[in-house]
Amino acid sequence: MSVSGALRLRRGDFQLQAELALPERGVTALFGRSGSGKTTLLRCLAGLERGDGWLTVNGCRWQDRDHFLPVHRRPLGYVFQEASLFPHLRVRDNLRYGYRRVEASQRRVDFDETVRLLGVEALLSRYPQALSGGQRQRVAIARALLASPRLLLMDEPMASLDVASKAEILPYLERLHAHLEIPVVYVSHAIEEVARLADHMVLLEAGSVLAAGPLHELLVRSDLPLSHADNAAAVLETRVEGYDADRQLVALTCGAGRLWVSREAAPPGKRLRLSIRASDVVISLTPPQDSSVLNCLPARVAEISDDPHPGHRLVRLAVDDGQMLLSRIAHDACQRLALQPGQAVYAQLRGRALS
Amino acid sequence: MTLLGIGEADWTALQLTLRLALTSTALLLVLCLPLAWWLAHTQRRLKVVVEALVALPLVLPPTVIGFYLLILLGPRGAVGGTLERLGASHLAFTFTGLVIGSMIYSLPFVVQPLQNAFQAMGRRPLEVAATLRAGPLDRLVSVVLPLSRQGLLTAAVLSFAHTLGEFGVLLMIGGGIPGQTQVASIAIYSHVEAMDHAAAHRLSLFLLLMAFALLVSVYALNKRFRVVGVMS
Repeated sequence: MSVSGALRLRRGDFQLQAELALPERGVTALFGRSGSGKTTLLRCLAGLERGDGWLTVNGCRWQDRDHFLPVHRRPLGYVFQEASLFPHLRVRDNLRYGYRRVEASQRRVDFDETVRLLGVEALLSRYPQALSGGQRQRVAIARALLASPRLLLMDEPMASLDVASKAEILPYLERLHAHLEIPVVYVSHAIEEVARLADHMVLLEAGSVLAAGPLHELLVRSDLPLSHADNAAAVLETRVEGYDADRQLVALTCGAGRLWVSREAAPPGKRLRLSIRASDVVISLTPPQDSSVLNCLPARVAEISDDPHPGHRLVRLAVDDGQMLLSRIAHDACQRLALQPGQAVYAQLRGRALS
Repeated sequence: MTLLGIGEADWTALQLTLRLALTSTALLLVLCLPLAWWLAHTQRRLKVVVEALVALPLVLPPTVIGFYLLILLGPRGAVGGTLERLGASHLAFTFTGLVIGSMIYSLPFVVQPLQNAFQAMGRRPLEVAATLRAGPLDRLVSVVLPLSRQGLLTAAVLSFAHTLGEFGVLLMIGGGIPGQTQVASIAIYSHVEAMDHAAAHRLSLFLLLMAFALLVSVYALNKRFRVVGVMS
């Protein structure tokens, strides 16, 4: 484990008490409603707040009982909710701020490459005041990366952006996800964002860790609140198989099944993650012959649980390679089909589930 | 020697005034940076007491400040007396005494603009700088000073101009000894007392023009270097 620790912090009535063990690579989402302590925990990891406890990153002690490494000595990158660029420096000098404070022999990123990765080449000689919200946040992310971090901390980097700027910045974040070889901790209260970007998740509630683990597992656990939310969804990891130019559909493999998705062509073999809402999955006992639904995966009922809505039940389905889907169906449909755990069924995915 | 019709003694007074204003402004800026920073960010209740103390010179008659300083720094005062016992000399009627007096008198004019600038800046820029590997001193030089440039400029100009115009405190603590502690404002007063209105006029006009030129250049600079005070 590259990041592990146990941190405690008391602020008035609020008490943070969190044990952490984050994997070496990939994005870990700190998820919870506002006030659950996500940002506080992130600030404790950075050393911006000083709690009690210990923290080890990549084998280095950042904090223990009688030792506290100050923020500027921690090899981390931090992206704040508001871009917080230095207003007195041009974009180029903002980017160079952290870059030139890292010894040349310690640098692990290339300036020009990072600038290209975040698409800020054209902005270098501008002042922050002349940038849009999305551009500022891209500069802030590039600035954090240029300090050659061993751990990247991001505090809701999209929360203060409008819808258009979010759409502008998401592809860059996804590109980062594929590029970065360091652990990323990403604070968010938007599950759609988390489903798109994270691999692991730490679920926080009232300052404590409710659950932690791989994203696809936590999303479908019926003992956690996520699977009961209106927008409950599961994620499916798929691989691009080919492109049917006539029908303008991309074929994806998911276990033994195949899904057709209408989107722009992608190179075969590319990994593609689908987020599929529980309300968009329909269960049938036989393979549908005469349905308008294009996509159908053979699956097995793993668990049937109650839903907060009394007229609904939540069914967890295992697709053949072990991935899980959620389906929210009417209580009486569940009885009519006489669904039982272990039963083989077909999961039909409504069209909008895959858009 | 006379230049612009201003006599040699008056030039000495002007020189002394400038030296005093520059010295006390420089010292004040250095001392007030940490004080203003503390006032801008502390949560402690002691803050209101310190704020009141800092603002005190604004409301007290200069003679009151001068009087207490004279007692404190004089040969029998707590500070002056101690210095005498240590073999040094007391500070009444000395340039050092003048510097101390004008520093105390100008304190609020330096602390308040700095405190406002620091409050407007907030802690965020420093946190950002720290996450980008900047140590404490580095953060002061690369972030705090540039971002509070307007506040610093305002503080420096107010302190300088205020010392140029100071009279009561400096007369009390310095005694207005020509060539030693007689600053321009006191020299003007002496000319008027001696009914030499022409000399008073020349010196006054010179001070007036100097103060005006100073303010004009500051406002011009301020316009050129306008920096958005908040982070974007």
